[in-house]
Amino acid sequence: MKFECEKCQHEATVHLTEIINGQKIERHLCEQCAADEGITIKAQLPISKVIEELMLQSSAEKEFSDLRCNVCGISFLEFRRGGLLGCPNDYEAFEHVLVGLLERSHEGNSCHVGKVPINAAEGQRVQNELLRLRGQLAEAVGREDYEEAAALRDRVRYLSDGLHEEPK
Amino acid sequence: MNFADLSQHLAQWQKSPGQFSDVVISSRVRLARNLAGMSFLSRCSDRQVREISERLRTVLTGGALGEGAFYVDIAEADPLESQLLVERHLISRQHAEGNGPRGVAFTPDETVAVMVNEEDHLRMQVLAGDLQLEKCYERICQLDEKLEEHLTFAFSSRFGYLTACPTNVGTALRVSVMLHLPALKMTGQIEKVLRSARDMHLAVRGLYGEGTEAIGDLFQVSNQTTLGKSEEQIVSDFREQIVPGIIDYERSARAALLENRRAALEDRVCRAQAVMKSARLISSEEVLYLISQLRLGLSLNIISDITVETLNKLSLLTQPAHLQMHLGRSMSPSERGEARAELIREKLGEK
Repeated sequence: MKFECEKCQHEATVHLTEIINGQKIERHLCEQCAADEGITIKAQLPISKVIEELMLQSSAEKEFSDLRCNVCGISFLEFRRGGLLGCPNDYEAFEHVLVGLLERSHEGNSCHVGKVPINAAEGQRVQNELLRLRGQLAEAVGREDYEEAAALRDRVRYLSDGLHEEPK
Repeated sequence: MNFADLSQHLAQWQKSPGQFSDVVISSRVRLARNLAGMSFLSRCSDRQVREISERLRTVLTGGALGEGAFYVDIAEADPLESQLLVERHLISRQHAEGNGPRGVAFTPDETVAVMVNEEDHLRMQVLAGDLQLEKCYERICQLDEKLEEHLTFAFSSRFGYLTACPTNVGTALRVSVMLHLPALKMTGQIEKVLRSARDMHLAVRGLYGEGTEAIGDLFQVSNQTTLGKSEEQIVSDFREQIVPGIIDYERSARAALLENRRAALEDRVCRAQAVMKSARLISSEEVLYLISQLRLGLSLNIISDITVETLNKLSLLTQPAHLQMHLGRSMSPSERGEARAELIREKLGEK
């Protein structure tokens, strides 16, 4: 059965079935209109699909939906919708859900065995603190506590300059 | 940097054919990196995005890419200029069409290019003609280490280099080759190749990467798995097993075509050449289709009065942004069709 693209009347070659708030919505698009909407056709399962499947398999869906990163504030559900994480700390915050997802996208692997940065040890200690400080800074700005914000900004700048040096 | 100048030349890496150039158009390796202590881009404030782009611009133009590196501010660039960079494979389509402070730094020979604020803070790539993955990896490794002198990247000992999308985490290394597979396409065996590529956890895409169609029988094959294998392992699997397998398959399909359907093949190639020499209106898709036939004809010695370099040149310079930049004005698709046909005749020495 052939469908017309719902946007431009060309032949639809991309057929989507989305479940939004429990409602099944079918869409038919031509390749160009699908690309314009940011829908890409990949050989690999799209990440949102993988996450979806993973969630369905799990009986602990409720638990996932409560997950939230306390540094960047992204919830697991937001990540599930967009496919992109919010900050490096999410890997820790969502670790027990992510491991399954990573194993599915990386041939059963969830541990890095490759290259390590030269300054890895020092970097890791500082990067976690910086992420936390940036979160606190945003909060301080939000509640208009400028004195606190200024102090936090100085601290962020100090640590950040240590991590990322200007070329001489 | 002068875009009009750029629009008239091939990049250095497209000029020298090698041992596998009958099938392998180019090799590319890419590393993704994010600055430690910063959120990924989707959760950054506008101010942070600007801060990242300025910091990285300073480092990239401060010697990390060597003397004479260019930096293009994509947010400020004209759409035609961004499109030109896409056609030259220096940036992705997503980057050209993105939002906010972002850019690209690249070396004058265009072998090394670093996108700033695409999906990750940094996306660096090294390009080479022919099958040269080890060389590309070696070069990108040097660049990564050079950048580490000034920057600290988000890294965890468990998950490796941390990326905005978990499909890139770990090595954050993407190895890809652009393959010309006309015989496998013609004989319908390409489906088998695509299926087995999928089974081997490889992605197959079109000429301009993600979401693009395979026009001109060009297929970009790349690894999907970035976690749980070392960089060297990923590169050598590709170099030693995956790519040679596909090359052999394509070469034997070509040999079989030549043996069993020689007249049909010659007819196809010579007709393509005739159209190239005499068309008055031509689209860029048709050019890529015809060039595919000529490339095949050349590799099988059906034709000899044209070089691979000329074909590479024609496929690049006839792309929409290149054509308009070269002629110095924006044109409608039908005006482009005419200008394109004229440019081709000129390059082929026809009137």
